[in-house]
Amino acid sequence: MCLAVPGRVLDIEDRDGTRMATVDFGGVVKEVCLEYLPDLEVGEYAIVHVGFALQRLDEESARQTLELFAELGMLQEEFGDAWEMAAQEAGTVPVEEVRNQ
Amino acid sequence: MKYIDEFQDPELARRLLDDIHATVTRPWALMEVCGGQTHSIIRHGLDQLLPDKVELIHGPGCPVCVTPLEVIDKALEIASRPGVIFCSFGDMLRVPGTGRDLFQVRGEGGDVRVVYSPLDALRIAQQNPDREVVFFGIGFETTAPPNAMTVHQARKLGIPNFSMLVSHVRVPPAIEAIMSSPSCRVQGFLAAGHVCSVMGVEEYPELAERFRVPIVVTGFEPLDILEGVRRAVRQLERGEHTVDNAYARAVRPEGNPAARAMLEDVFEVTDRAWRGIGVIPDSGWRLSPKYRDHDAEHRFSVGGIRTEEPAQCRSGEVLQGLLKPHECEAFGTLCTPRTPLGATMVSSEGACAAYYLYRRLDLPAGKAREASPVV
Repeated sequence: MCLAVPGRVLDIEDRDGTRMATVDFGGVVKEVCLEYLPDLEVGEYAIVHVGFALQRLDEESARQTLELFAELGMLQEEFGDAWEMAAQEAGTVPVEEVRNQ
Repeated sequence: MKYIDEFQDPELARRLLDDIHATVTRPWALMEVCGGQTHSIIRHGLDQLLPDKVELIHGPGCPVCVTPLEVIDKALEIASRPGVIFCSFGDMLRVPGTGRDLFQVRGEGGDVRVVYSPLDALRIAQQNPDREVVFFGIGFETTAPPNAMTVHQARKLGIPNFSMLVSHVRVPPAIEAIMSSPSCRVQGFLAAGHVCSVMGVEEYPELAERFRVPIVVTGFEPLDILEGVRRAVRQLERGEHTVDNAYARAVRPEGNPAARAMLEDVFEVTDRAWRGIGVIPDSGWRLSPKYRDHDAEHRFSVGGIRTEEPAQCRSGEVLQGLLKPHECEAFGTLCTPRTPLGATMVSSEGACAAYYLYRRLDLPAGKAREASPVV
């Protein structure tokens, strides 16, 4: 949760008076709020944290950082299934399986 | 230099390392503030590539780690209440409160949901007008602006069933507290790049001057960290102590003005307890009176919950750079990611978890075997 991840803007739309974008993070696509970087445009890269674009980044830097985070497993932590990871850490079966028993 | 060939630009890494080796004449201790930097350092063995005279001390920059036990207990209390949907980032699920965590609360029937963004929690509140939706708002200056915007939106859109349990922390007062400690060994800082992407660097010159300590804004990639170390060491060798931005591609001096303005509107500075460290004056944010209606602590009357932290966990010393993770008696035995005593082990960004995950176990053989991670 701590790390901000670079992503590329795929498209932008106004939703309920809020500027929102679809952003690609090395294959994972998420909705991102552009209120803190309102002049960001389609095709540009930005550092995104918990669904908010916080600062522009050039393409090469973004690509290198994404590769590093993927290597460190941080993209999985950011976008993976948190319940499954928690269950693994706890050494238990996932909650849904417990509930279904 | 066993890891250097893995670098994206091994030749540049070699040049940076050669320069650092050629520059250093005396022992220096640098603190990297951010948990992401700690992981990058340990994963790539940067500390082993640096001269023996350069020591990297791991700082308190993991928001999950520093969130006080008391706040976790407040979250668990709220999440257990009927009618509540409790939303959190995934990395808070296994942070131990007193006796249990959010993962267990869900197992006991609590409606705990993981969200990617605080705006997701706001949407859940809109979709469930008959339920109370609470978002767990923790984190440093990088996370605070998204959370601030979400509370602002809740007020603007008139969503009465949304509230936030806020426990935000700020980096500069932590640097001040670390430097003010009589046992402090830190002589230079690698400041957290993404915190500075938001806040800029304006808060640091006064600290650098007052404590005569170089502060180098640093990114997360191995080359960024080596460059940060190179610049800090160069200043130290010359007797300088200035603020230097080595992460200019992502950090403007003024940070992000829109985000800073929203922080000022939604939050106010307050004293904040840090897990394992204690209260640091002015080191946190809470919701300003204007947003009191969306303050979960107030709405659920959990302000009175007081919790003592367990004495056996020494994460406070780890967070202040006074103890390396593997020097703790409980490391890898009583305390593992599966059975964490404290947050520095449970958080994926914690220093203890980094040492455990990357087998940085300068331990007796038997203890190291026990501590080997389950991958």
